[in-house]
Amino acid sequence: MYRTKFFDHLILMAGVIFMLGPLVVAFTTSTHSAAEIHTNGLMLSIGDDFTETYDKVLFKSGGFTGQVTGLTMAMNSLILGLGFAIGKIVLSMLAAYAIVYFRFRFATLAFWLIFTTLLLPLEVRIMPTYKVMSDLSLLNSYQGLILPLLASATGTFFFRQFFKSVPDELLEAARIDGAGPFKFFIDVLVPLSRTMIAAVFIIMFVYGWNQYLWPMLMTTDERFYTLMRGIKQILQVWVGSQIPDYNEAFAMAVLALLPPVIVVVVFQSWFIKGLTETDK
Amino acid sequence: MKRVQFNSRYLPYLFLLPQFAIISIFFYWPSMQAITSSFYIEDPFGFGSSFVGAANYTDALNSSEYQRIARFTIGYCLIVTFLALSIGMLLALKADAVIRGKSAYKTLLIIVYAIAPPVAGLIGMMIFDQHIGPFVKFAALFGWEMKVGLNYFDTAFAMVVVAVWNQIPYNFIFFLSGLQGIPASIREAAAIDCKSGTRRFWTVILPLLTPTAFFLLVINMTYSLFDTFGVIDVIVKDKAANNPITLVYKVYLDGFRGNDLGSSSAQSVILMLVVLVLTMIQFRFIERRVHYG
Repeated sequence: MYRTKFFDHLILMAGVIFMLGPLVVAFTTSTHSAAEIHTNGLMLSIGDDFTETYDKVLFKSGGFTGQVTGLTMAMNSLILGLGFAIGKIVLSMLAAYAIVYFRFRFATLAFWLIFTTLLLPLEVRIMPTYKVMSDLSLLNSYQGLILPLLASATGTFFFRQFFKSVPDELLEAARIDGAGPFKFFIDVLVPLSRTMIAAVFIIMFVYGWNQYLWPMLMTTDERFYTLMRGIKQILQVWVGSQIPDYNEAFAMAVLALLPPVIVVVVFQSWFIKGLTETDK
Repeated sequence: MKRVQFNSRYLPYLFLLPQFAIISIFFYWPSMQAITSSFYIEDPFGFGSSFVGAANYTDALNSSEYQRIARFTIGYCLIVTFLALSIGMLLALKADAVIRGKSAYKTLLIIVYAIAPPVAGLIGMMIFDQHIGPFVKFAALFGWEMKVGLNYFDTAFAMVVVAVWNQIPYNFIFFLSGLQGIPASIREAAAIDCKSGTRRFWTVILPLLTPTAFFLLVINMTYSLFDTFGVIDVIVKDKAANNPITLVYKVYLDGFRGNDLGSSSAQSVILMLVVLVLTMIQFRFIERRVHYG
């Protein structure tokens, strides 16, 4: 008995080292200077250049036009993450409410039209979506960043499953008390869905913050660069330089991963609940 | 559906309107365009386009390059899925078995879920970097001279490791919650009937986990097909020449770098069909699970 527990812990610790080791090394290495990293390789000790490197990455203007700093990119990522999460929740709660709580003629059709969007991720229709966006002249705008990502039914699916699990008696009671559709939604359903909203919010925020391909294609104006786009930028400068800015690349990676990691760790119980209870 | 529902002429449509506006502009319109333009060839000088029937499809499917990339994609998806699922399950089994430090392990093991594929790719690139990468030095001890970015196999190896690393937490979360859903009575009964932990796993625990595993199988396939785009883009850095890439990356290369809209769209439609099949499998399965659950 004792031995099996010992081996269980051993495997788990190996797992933790495998999963977190790269993150720890990325952070510690980012506190050294590029030249030092170039000669010594990745390092586990904390260096002296922490403030200098992070100050540079956060506040020094970079890029071709010199208009973009790490902080701007972080702000854009935040706008994308929040805008996407909030937009998703509003759209999908309303749609799920209509589908679950109303009897209307085209209900089945509406259901299928919405859920077909689950079939095709943005990646497979990226070219035509880009064309549509340029026709609508939405390239290089926050709407352009957020709206196409909203065109999928994941959130609606979450809320539909949740609303279906809400007891019918609540609606009966509300109707006896004379509550209309708006009152029922705002006074009963929204407060009931609080945990669900929190869970969807976390999942969607992380998803939005982490978007790469779409922001990369549609932001040519550096003022709209997100941190993910900044990572691409750093790598493009990389090729052909004598001593690449390893420290800045790592610092950028740390900045890009910190907010979603904090959100997931702090709200992990909600997040896990939302993820596993509805099966996407 | 609900026993009691509201009856209203306009309200449901009003509530559906925002979602429908978004999906018709940003989903149905582009998807239709992808399908239409897959049957046309664009004039390279921009003087319109001509209808070519299924030529874009046959050209793509018959090209040896496409076939090579398709073979790689299938292999890549299978290996990533297999490794991410088995390591995720192993860690979940162990985290479920220990009593001390259970929640600490759980927290530590889910962190990587929050990391975006391109960031994972960037960190992976450093680990596999020729000058500073610790793994390269480690491999050199065994006489393996790793050249990620230059050598086909080495690049593929790095891509698989990074993708698996990034996907393990998702599987871990699902397997752990699946394990915690197994009633204590079943575990106790199994423990009385069978002393061997390994046999108990194969005959009792694993069958009970199959619904979760099957669900995750589809999710992992779609993950390795689409979401690893960021990993690949960061590791390959636009130089796809001799490097392994997946079909999604090729759609992007042909469309945006090669400006070959027709072929890129045809490839998109082929991928749509693949996802369609995968999702249909998933839907069937979810229904079954709801039935038993």
